[in-house]
Amino acid sequence: MTPNDEPGAVVGDAALANAALRLDTGWTIRWIRRCAEVLAANRATLNTLDRDIGDGDHGENMDRGFQAILPKLEELTDETTPGAVLKLVATTLISTVGGAAGPLYGTAFLKAAGAVGAAQSLDATALVALLTAARDGIVLRGKAVEGDKTMIDAWTPAVNAASAAHTAGSPVGTVLLAAADAAEHGAQATEPLVARKGRASYLGERAIGHRDPGSQSTSLLLRAAADLMSQR
Amino acid sequence: MKKLINDPKNVVNEAVAGFEVAHADIVRVSHDPLFLVRADAPLRGKVGIVSGGGSGHEPLHGGFVGFGMLDAAVPGPVFTSPTPDPILAATQAVDGGAGVLHIVKNYTGDVLNFETAADLAAADGIQVRTVIVNDDVAVKDSLYTAGRRGVAGTVLVEKIAGAAAERGDDLDAVAGVAEKVNSRVRTMGVALTPCVVPHAGEPSFTLADDEIEIGIGIHGEPGRERIKLEPANAIVDRLLGPILEDLPFASGDEALLLVNGMGGTPQIELYIVFRRAAEVLQERGITVTRSLVGNYTTSLEMAGASISVLKLDDELTALWDAPVQTSALRWGR
Repeated sequence: MTPNDEPGAVVGDAALANAALRLDTGWTIRWIRRCAEVLAANRATLNTLDRDIGDGDHGENMDRGFQAILPKLEELTDETTPGAVLKLVATTLISTVGGAAGPLYGTAFLKAAGAVGAAQSLDATALVALLTAARDGIVLRGKAVEGDKTMIDAWTPAVNAASAAHTAGSPVGTVLLAAADAAEHGAQATEPLVARKGRASYLGERAIGHRDPGSQSTSLLLRAAADLMSQR
Repeated sequence: MKKLINDPKNVVNEAVAGFEVAHADIVRVSHDPLFLVRADAPLRGKVGIVSGGGSGHEPLHGGFVGFGMLDAAVPGPVFTSPTPDPILAATQAVDGGAGVLHIVKNYTGDVLNFETAADLAAADGIQVRTVIVNDDVAVKDSLYTAGRRGVAGTVLVEKIAGAAAERGDDLDAVAGVAEKVNSRVRTMGVALTPCVVPHAGEPSFTLADDEIEIGIGIHGEPGRERIKLEPANAIVDRLLGPILEDLPFASGDEALLLVNGMGGTPQIELYIVFRRAAEVLQERGITVTRSLVGNYTTSLEMAGASISVLKLDDELTALWDAPVQTSALRWGR
């Protein structure tokens, strides 16, 4: 039995992993692979959420988009940067997802890629910039504000939480976890809302009690990033 | 649910392949990226008109490609907007140097994908104008929704703008005609049954045997309210009321009346709807001088119908009467 197997060491391990966490190109690729896994596993659930207040294909479309990215990740060279990976994700989503989610997520990843530039590895400042740019890109395209019952209801709390954690001096892993937790709460918080954007907006009060599928897929993408920490 | 399909994954591709063979005299098909163009495209000096959107609304839009109407149609997956690349490719394929008009139904996905494609086309040096069709009066408050949807009135916009392009109007003029039609047409629909998206395999919503949905969109999304089934005349009155209130029609006006089937309602019922609608318009002093009855903007096998009223003037009437040769509309040529 090694000292690391002692129960008391678990927290210390996580802290150590957090401190050593480097959001480099390898990490970015692992994150996108994990997103593809998670979306495939949640395909039916997202379709069901979308059927309740939309047209029932959000899981289908997101799964198709992220599956299309996987073979392209194999073709990346060693010199690739996190920004280049994000840009590849953006162009693939724009050309494969369709619906509203394609241009919205595509723009998010495109703006995120722009925000991190040519950096080889992302620190907490870069991570906050990435999340903020992604959210701003979605607002630019979709023109939704918080409370409209859209994916912005997951993105904006995530950006705010990440920013607060960074300001408090937290390491990058903690910033990521704060974003994922906030997105998850934000997605839950769309349930009692009336929608003001997208197809659900035509339902009026009948949308109440249903979670917005876009906010749920956003939560899944950010959770996938946070999950990588515990996998290390 | 029984459907005449082979595999849900191949529904759109196989349907377009069949269309290509059936109407080879009118259209050419690009399979990857997927779009349909007029057999004689691009036409030098003529404004190109491109429309598109999710499949499942046939004959919209492929059935309206041809002389006097659309230059290209871009079909997406069933009820899902096409992505920007086929829209861009279609735009390039019909650009004859006079610019391209995009006619887009006001659904969030369609608007965002066409907007992205228009940006890319502009970067490619093609002049693009976009007209968003939003004729659906069932959506009450545009301030708190994604706005009024583009439904069956789209057919009238495409026909009339197509005629303007065919007679040689420039891009701004063609866009102006399209805007004019959109501003003068109002639509409202009813569903008697839901529809089943092939890859989903189950209805997108449920209606009891004695229930109907008033104010339905064209993707099986629920509408304004759910009520008990009524006689056709009462339903027509419910649909026409908001249409006539919304666009101030006056006694002496001339109108085009479109009774559109949603896919699963027989012609015999559509004419019962038309009879009552024409009667109500007559009572208001509005003369129906042009009419169209049939399945033009469908929602797969949904039973139901929509009523569109377009306020005509001499210009719009002449453009409506101009020759058209597409698989779904054909006259004068």
